[in-house]
Amino acid sequence: MNAPAAPLSPYSSAIGKSNLESHTLSVLVDNEPGVLARVVGLFSGRGYNIESLTVAEVAHAEHLSRITIVTSGTPEAIEQIGHQLERLVPIHKVTDLTLRGNAVERELAMIKVAGRGDNRVEALRLAEAFRARVIDASIESFVFEITGNVSKIDQFVELMRPLGLVEVSRTGVAAMSRGKDPI
Amino acid sequence: MADVMTGADMVVEALKDQGVETIFGYPGGAVLPIYDALFQQNAVQHILVRHEQGAAHAAEGYARSSGKVGVLLVTSGPGATNAITGLTDALMDSIPIVCITGEVPTHLIGSDAFQECDTVGITRHCTKHNYLVRSVEDLPRVLHEAFYVAQHGRPGPVVIDIPKDVQFARGTYAGPQNIEHKSYHPQVKGAPDRIEQAVMLMAAAKKPIFYTGGGVINSGPEASRLLRELVAATGFPVTSTLMGLGAYPAAGPNWLGMLGMHGTFEANNAMHDCDLMIAVGSRFDYRITGRLDAFSPGSTKIHIDIDPSSINKNVKIDLGIIGDCANVLADMLGVWRQRGLKSDAPALQKWWDQIAVWRGRRSLSYKFSDKVIKPQWAIERLYAATKDKDTYITTEVGQHQMWAAQHYHFEEPNRLMTSGGLGTMGYGLPAAIGAQMAHPQSLVIDIAGESSILMNIQELSTAAQYRLPVKIFILNNEYLGMVRQWQELLHGSRYSESYAAALPDFVKLAEAYGAHGMRCSDPADLDAAIAEMIETPRTVVFDCIVDKMENCLPMIPSGKAHNEMLLPDMEEDLENAIDQAGKMLV
Ligand SMILES: Cc1ncc(C[n+]2csc(CCOP(=O)(O)OP(=O)(O)O)c2C)c(N)n1
Ligand SMILES: [Mg+2]
Repeated sequence: MNAPAAPLSPYSSAIGKSNLESHTLSVLVDNEPGVLARVVGLFSGRGYNIESLTVAEVAHAEHLSRITIVTSGTPEAIEQIGHQLERLVPIHKVTDLTLRGNAVERELAMIKVAGRGDNRVEALRLAEAFRARVIDASIESFVFEITGNVSKIDQFVELMRPLGLVEVSRTGVAAMSRGKDPI
Repeated sequence: MADVMTGADMVVEALKDQGVETIFGYPGGAVLPIYDALFQQNAVQHILVRHEQGAAHAAEGYARSSGKVGVLLVTSGPGATNAITGLTDALMDSIPIVCITGEVPTHLIGSDAFQECDTVGITRHCTKHNYLVRSVEDLPRVLHEAFYVAQHGRPGPVVIDIPKDVQFARGTYAGPQNIEHKSYHPQVKGAPDRIEQAVMLMAAAKKPIFYTGGGVINSGPEASRLLRELVAATGFPVTSTLMGLGAYPAAGPNWLGMLGMHGTFEANNAMHDCDLMIAVGSRFDYRITGRLDAFSPGSTKIHIDIDPSSINKNVKIDLGIIGDCANVLADMLGVWRQRGLKSDAPALQKWWDQIAVWRGRRSLSYKFSDKVIKPQWAIERLYAATKDKDTYITTEVGQHQMWAAQHYHFEEPNRLMTSGGLGTMGYGLPAAIGAQMAHPQSLVIDIAGESSILMNIQELSTAAQYRLPVKIFILNNEYLGMVRQWQELLHGSRYSESYAAALPDFVKLAEAYGAHGMRCSDPADLDAAIAEMIETPRTVVFDCIVDKMENCLPMIPSGKAHNEMLLPDMEEDLENAIDQAGKMLV
């Protein structure tokens, strides 16, 4: 094959940052001590990015957990990340949901907003529009619970900022493929 | 067969069941129960090293020279941390070893107890896998699983951290039968359609090359045999990495010599100009490829590897085949023969003619001297004196290592034990001890530098204790020679801290350890001295005084491409060979 124009290595310093993509990886692991440290250590040790990470046991009897990682990198780097994850002994399966397409992704966030008067009314009105629920309220504050994809939550947080945003707690992304088949 | 016993006994029982005859180790408080269990049996021999790093390298030397798993046993805390370099070395070079570490009792874990360290935390990054065994019920499974993980797929080091109370606790032992791993099932058979595609590319190739690596050796002797058959069937040239030397014999007609930073001119130029590269069990390390964006720009690249993450990691591959080298090579040969395929003979002839021109540059040449021993010549003479013997070579790290790779010719796999990936000074002597334990009747030689050897010199004591006749052949240039060479290349010959000052008298040092010491500085005496070394049935330290300023050439200066090599007749250009970007690289 002919001389490639671009540098050949995903690690090449010359490689542009222009083709960074964000991918969601679904990783099924044995729920044993240290497994999360292995995954996180792999990302830090090899200089990969973690944009969000969620983990919880999903099959108690089989001791399986699912780790959902949103990462960014060049397509080559993301392919590497998948293979590097597969190398870890307690990992059963790695699926790049973004590559597969057709996945649903959701995140849950809690958002505390403090204020009185018009701001408070406006916050509540916007929360309704975004289908956020009030899960705690005081005379001067609300805690909203909102579920949605990442950009919806980002947008809601931005809207709350001028209305008295105090703090945000987000779960990170959980994801699943559509249709009847498992990931 | 239910067998109730202590955790410590389980360890010994599992070693026996895994066919382990020799382990390397050093005792301490947290492994005393296991040492007590060892004391009460004879099936497993324990070799007492003098530093846990030595135990790890000895286990590596044992493993790599025999194809078996190497085992070491060390105590908690400092015992474990001392082993870290050896574990990392084994990870980088894919050497199967199992390291059993004692741990403080479970109820003390996390309390900063005496000789406690976070062994599994620390070794997570330098092992293929590791275990902390919290219950004796888990111990038999973990022990057997560790051997499985160390050997299967891409081999590597595995740590089993066993708290002292678990060693004392009693439980039911189970043997290794039916150990099916829950999640780890590496793919060993290559995809048939890809193998077919690869073979068709080979039949059409005009300028092909095999680029083989340590994976061929890790795959076992069958892989080397099949590689030789495939090379013979196709007539293609073959080069190899440092870790792959011996898979194809150096005396074979298609051998181009080693490639990479200190590889031959013909191997590197053939890599650069080829139209089809068949990488087998090699990993495109930077020291192999040189400047990546100028690496073999016109070739189609096939990569056979058992580790999917190796494919497309550093270099874009056109056809990746995941599988064990031996399986894939056998299948390739099968398709080649079944289809009655033939190489493109006229094209191949032209390719070999071109290679002959490159070979004509005689890139490994050096100026002989009758005044001072040239290090390359010393290796040549050592080779001449030992090539017809059953010889295993280990090396330390530096110029001498590269000279050994260039001028000692390996005809068989598993005959060279060297620290390739990590480049660990101090590897060679303990590795030689390991190799000697695996091959008691063979001649085992550590080709050393005077500085590297001092990094694990205490292992002379181990060699003496077990009467191991290892030979330590020191190319003594009184310099951290490879560092000095780079300082010439990069830093205006300002030899910052690279002179090996205050060296010991190696002859006296040998005698102090109960070994035989020798010195040779006159080229006229070298052959006789080497003969004496070989004939001495004891540990020998041979202080070979060589030219202090010799540089290791040829060389691809860092940041340069395969076709920009520095040859021996261009040595004056050394200072200007590396540009600013290259200086950043290692
Ligand atoms: C543990 C360790 N520390 C530092 C280095 C860096 N290093 C590479 S080669 C070398 C010099 C080795 O000197 P010597 O053993 O005398 O070999 P020579 O190059 O002179 O043949 C050094 C310091 C290394 N490879 N390993
Ligand atoms: Mg030296």
